[in-house]
Amino acid sequence: MARFPRPPEGTWTEHYPGLGTGPVAFEDSVSPAFYELEREAVFKRAWLNVGRLEQLPRNGSYFSKNLPGLRVSLVVTRDRDGRVRAFHNVCRHRGNKLVWEGTPRDEARGNARQLVCKYHDWRYGLDGACRYVHQEGEFFDIDKGKLGLAPVHCDVFAGFVFVNLDREPRWTLREYLGPMVGALDGYPFDRMTERYSFRAENDSNWKIFIDAFQEYYHVPPLHTHQLGPTPEAQNPEYEFEAAHYQIDGPHRMVTTSGTHKHRWPAEHLYPAEALTRSGSTGPWDAPDLGELPGVNPSGVERWGIDNFQVFPNLEILIYERNWFVTYRYWPTSHNTHVFEGDLHFVPATCARERLAHEYAALTFKEYGLQDCGTLDGTQMGLEQRVFDEFPLGDQEILVRQFHKTVGEWVDAYERERGEGGKR
Amino acid sequence: MSDALLPPEFADVEPWAATWCLATEPERWAMRLASTMDEMQAFYDAFFPRAEEAIAWCDRFPLDALPADAEHLLQLLHSLLMVSYAVEVWHQPEVVHGGSAVIDRIVEPRP
Repeated sequence: MARFPRPPEGTWTEHYPGLGTGPVAFEDSVSPAFYELEREAVFKRAWLNVGRLEQLPRNGSYFSKNLPGLRVSLVVTRDRDGRVRAFHNVCRHRGNKLVWEGTPRDEARGNARQLVCKYHDWRYGLDGACRYVHQEGEFFDIDKGKLGLAPVHCDVFAGFVFVNLDREPRWTLREYLGPMVGALDGYPFDRMTERYSFRAENDSNWKIFIDAFQEYYHVPPLHTHQLGPTPEAQNPEYEFEAAHYQIDGPHRMVTTSGTHKHRWPAEHLYPAEALTRSGSTGPWDAPDLGELPGVNPSGVERWGIDNFQVFPNLEILIYERNWFVTYRYWPTSHNTHVFEGDLHFVPATCARERLAHEYAALTFKEYGLQDCGTLDGTQMGLEQRVFDEFPLGDQEILVRQFHKTVGEWVDAYERERGEGGKR
Repeated sequence: MSDALLPPEFADVEPWAATWCLATEPERWAMRLASTMDEMQAFYDAFFPRAEEAIAWCDRFPLDALPADAEHLLQLLHSLLMVSYAVEVWHQPEVVHGGSAVIDRIVEPRP
């Protein structure tokens, strides 16, 4: 029995007629050949989030970002004029990786007047210009003005730093994000500067993990413990239903009507939840952030979480208790990926607030391990190729839309490549 | 008593301080996985009843200017939360259905 009104068509899925209701193939998540296409068709065309402005706190700040599955490493800078820029992290001289710390496989961050290559001491400004060539007189007809770093298209939305690896991006960042995600401009992300970052190397296709976080149908069965310590709370037959789904171009969102644990009787809480006044939906005592543009677009009563899935690989989770989480998924092969999860809070001012944040961060990891732990089993099952197609329910509409969109982007890429070949 | 880590008011939980006053989540996580349920239950039983008092003690100071013993007490509270998942939720050190997955915390606020 539906607890929330559905669109006039009767289901969310049928509200978007292009989606169909038939079973869906996941060949896109097990095929090495598809992955090769996807890298070019999706990751070399879409705008990709590589960090937040808070990671570039001052003019002269920089960080490197490795995208090994795409065979790309970037360095993102805030130059002397405050402009955010991105470059390929490669020295113009002999192609050495420019910025790294520890080993070339590790990322680096810092603040500098210039970026110095460890190999032959060539130096670059934060604007990418070549500033110094060691023993310049030894070179032939050298023009430093033409030996800068290779720039990458870079733009910022609501403090999220995006890059585009295409030669000429097909859309500006704002065009790409569209009205649904664009409405978050002005949400006070920049007040939540206290960050907990997590990283996992998972044995699954990147899309399979996104699928786990774009439906809540799995929550009562897999995360039974999350519901509470009592048998009444831990009811695996509990039927989850999201209050609202929305699709805008390649982007998707789902709104949940909240588990407002701060309203629960103490006997249904874990003692540590009651102690810290915190848990899976965050600290119970929310900071006052004033107006919150863009959230809860359908005006759901008892709004809980907005889960924005920004194509292809960024998820922004905005909680009713005024904190937010981002997930990013970077493919490293057709059946492995790196997962990055960042939790953002208004900075704690006392130990009690710190512990509320800590308990939320612990909770994220404990239940996230259940998601990750299940994941390689899904990949193994799919790679067995027993079934060609799989049924998806109405609560899995975003899974359906996501795989369809990736397929369309790959089709478009192949079509364009085919046309190019004919010429 | 000069080598005590905690404020004298929390001398009763001092026996756990050497093991569980750990500054970072990776250290606390590793200690949880290396501990038996009996060890963690004993720490939990001893400290949880005093946790509210310990939080109030830490909050007598600004978070960015905690004296060393209060900072240790806050670390011990962090470990109590780490242990609480094993004791209250999973009834084992590892996450139930966690499989072979690993999630590393690579950035966190201090203290």
